[in-house]
Amino acid sequence: MNVKTYKECKKQGIVPDILFWVGCAGSYDDRAKKITKSLINLFHKAGISYAVLGTEESCSGDPAKRAGNEFLFQMQALSNIEVLNSYSIKKIVTACPHCFNTIKNEYPDLGGSYDVIHHSQLIDQLINDGKLKVKNDQFNGKKITFHDPCYLGRANGEYLAPRKVIRALKAELKEMKSCKEKAMCCGAGGAQMFKDSEKGNKEINIKRTEEAIESNSKIIAAACPFCNTMLTDGVKSHENHKDIEIKDISELVDKVTD
Amino acid sequence: MQFLPNLLFALFFFSSIIFFLKNCKKIYRNINLARPIDRFDNKKERFFKMLMLAFGQSKMLDKPVVGLLHLVVYVAFVLINIELLEIILDGFTGKHRILAPYLGSFYNFLIAFFEILALLVIISVVIFWIRRNIIKIRRFVSNDLKGWPKSDADYILYIELMLMILFLNMNASDLILQNAPYSEMYKSYGYFPISQFFVPLYNGLSLETIFIVERVSWWMHIMGILFFLNYLYYSKHLHILLAFPNTYFSNLDNPGKSTNLKSVYNEIKLMIDPSYKIPETELENDIKFGASDIFDLNWFQLLNAYTCTECGRCSSECPATQTGKLLSPRKIMMKTRDRIEDVSKNIDQNKEFVSDGRTLLNDYITKEEIWACTTCNACVESCPIGIDPLSIILDMRRYMVMEESTASNEINAMMNNIENNGAPWPFNKLDRLNWRN
Ligand code: SF4
Ligand code: SF4
Repeated sequence: MNVKTYKECKKQGIVPDILFWVGCAGSYDDRAKKITKSLINLFHKAGISYAVLGTEESCSGDPAKRAGNEFLFQMQALSNIEVLNSYSIKKIVTACPHCFNTIKNEYPDLGGSYDVIHHSQLIDQLINDGKLKVKNDQFNGKKITFHDPCYLGRANGEYLAPRKVIRALKAELKEMKSCKEKAMCCGAGGAQMFKDSEKGNKEINIKRTEEAIESNSKIIAAACPFCNTMLTDGVKSHENHKDIEIKDISELVDKVTD
Repeated sequence: MQFLPNLLFALFFFSSIIFFLKNCKKIYRNINLARPIDRFDNKKERFFKMLMLAFGQSKMLDKPVVGLLHLVVYVAFVLINIELLEIILDGFTGKHRILAPYLGSFYNFLIAFFEILALLVIISVVIFWIRRNIIKIRRFVSNDLKGWPKSDADYILYIELMLMILFLNMNASDLILQNAPYSEMYKSYGYFPISQFFVPLYNGLSLETIFIVERVSWWMHIMGILFFLNYLYYSKHLHILLAFPNTYFSNLDNPGKSTNLKSVYNEIKLMIDPSYKIPETELENDIKFGASDIFDLNWFQLLNAYTCTECGRCSSECPATQTGKLLSPRKIMMKTRDRIEDVSKNIDQNKEFVSDGRTLLNDYITKEEIWACTTCNACVESCPIGIDPLSIILDMRRYMVMEESTASNEINAMMNNIENNGAPWPFNKLDRLNWRN
């Protein structure tokens, strides 16, 4: 893939418009790497001038902060800010709502103020501006449900952009029993992704997947690599619904644009 | 002798006001046991939020039917209390319906209006009771509400019902005495669209008996209200007062933003640059990271605990509660209030707080609960009066991780990975761009 890092750009005297913050999941997790590549495809299709930080990027610190380790969080944040500021970065896009929330809301106090957007917002804009054109009708009339990521929705009030993107695919958007402000969490946030859950009568991701199944959609659209993992695991545990696909919205758009 | 009722009234009235003020002072004292937080900025925006959430009850209307019933009880209760003004004046002066001659036909309208409101309150309260006790809506019968909180909720409904019935009863007997006519005291004032239907109930009673009924209803009504005022401190019903300051001082920031601890920032800066000067205002003697007890929380969090109505909207949206975990955000708020109360009694007894070997974390709220939270913000979003249970949970995690180092192995492994590899998993830093190949 022809992806440049800021370091490489600097050597060549190029100043990209926007930083693509890949995030840990997008960099290392096999499933999330596919999302990263879809988004890159969209950048190329829309002719966006972007670059990544590559090995200069480090964990945003969100899992540490949510687990209560403010020290580790601030160490991560401060060193990331140093890198970001050294390249005079103004605009950041990311496919991870946790990175999005942390960099957007928690970095400014620590000396890092940027214009941060979530990839669903950027894709929505690109479709609006005609830079991404839906060319095939693969999803025409197909039922797609959307799972709101907590850190995009409730935490940052963005419910509309991902829904507009799904509608632009001419798909039929089916809402789950709980959605938008009331959407149920997938169970991964607050560092839960990295630990076993406490004793209860059900796993959170299983319960959320049931709501998705009830919506009668064969595709669950996600907008967060962690939700994606949780829902994928959830679907796997439902014998009769293994045909349901969990797709990031960037993947859906990538399929119907060229 | 003839002044005895007035004196008695003054005695009851002032002693209950004094008792009430004493408890208000106590709340203020207790809230100030906590750490400071600046919530005095953006006055306009805060005022507007209070108007919307507390006066307008905008979030209550998320559930339209209950929201509307709640609004009826609230508005009616506030408006009917205008009548209280007259009752208090009557009590002091020994007059009866002292305002009637001054207000003329408007007085008739007011009394009729209050009676209709009283009926609406009765209907709503009965529906509320049925929801709690017959339909048994889940959030009202779950485990975290067993015992006092459950009875408290019912008592409030009984008190409200009784006050309204006494009010109507007082008017009904008054009406009979007016029509009799019984004495100079009961002149023909007021219009009684609801209580007139109570009149047949008195058939066969002598006017003397009805006079006694009227007086007893009058006294029980005002005493009931004074009792109610003082019951608030011990009840979830404190929210009828505290919802106003609580919404005013609530978080205006983005709900996804968790505060960055200044103390940590200063320490890191000092590590990097030993000549770094900590700003004067941020100098602390002994820094404790996070919270293990109410003293480590901030005053807004304690105000939250006093304000919580125990409605359970938060817990019924909480993914952990919904999947049978021990965590319930409502319980976090209730336990915090329990702890404040225990500390308060301790201070009352000993003049200052003497350690009782207990802390909010562990003795009231368990670690298991704290670790079950996904930080999803559903509790914060669903609270109709701007309470933030999540911030308490995060402060306790901070204490456990930064002061006690009692996180689980899995969490520690995740943090080690971030520290060493810049990712929560054990991958090599230098492989971060491998996906490009
Ligand atoms: S933030 Fe935590 S306590 Fe609040 S609803 Fe979500 S999981 Fe429950
Ligand atoms: S915190 Fe808010 S939503 Fe939860 S029980 Fe208390 S008042 Fe209700």
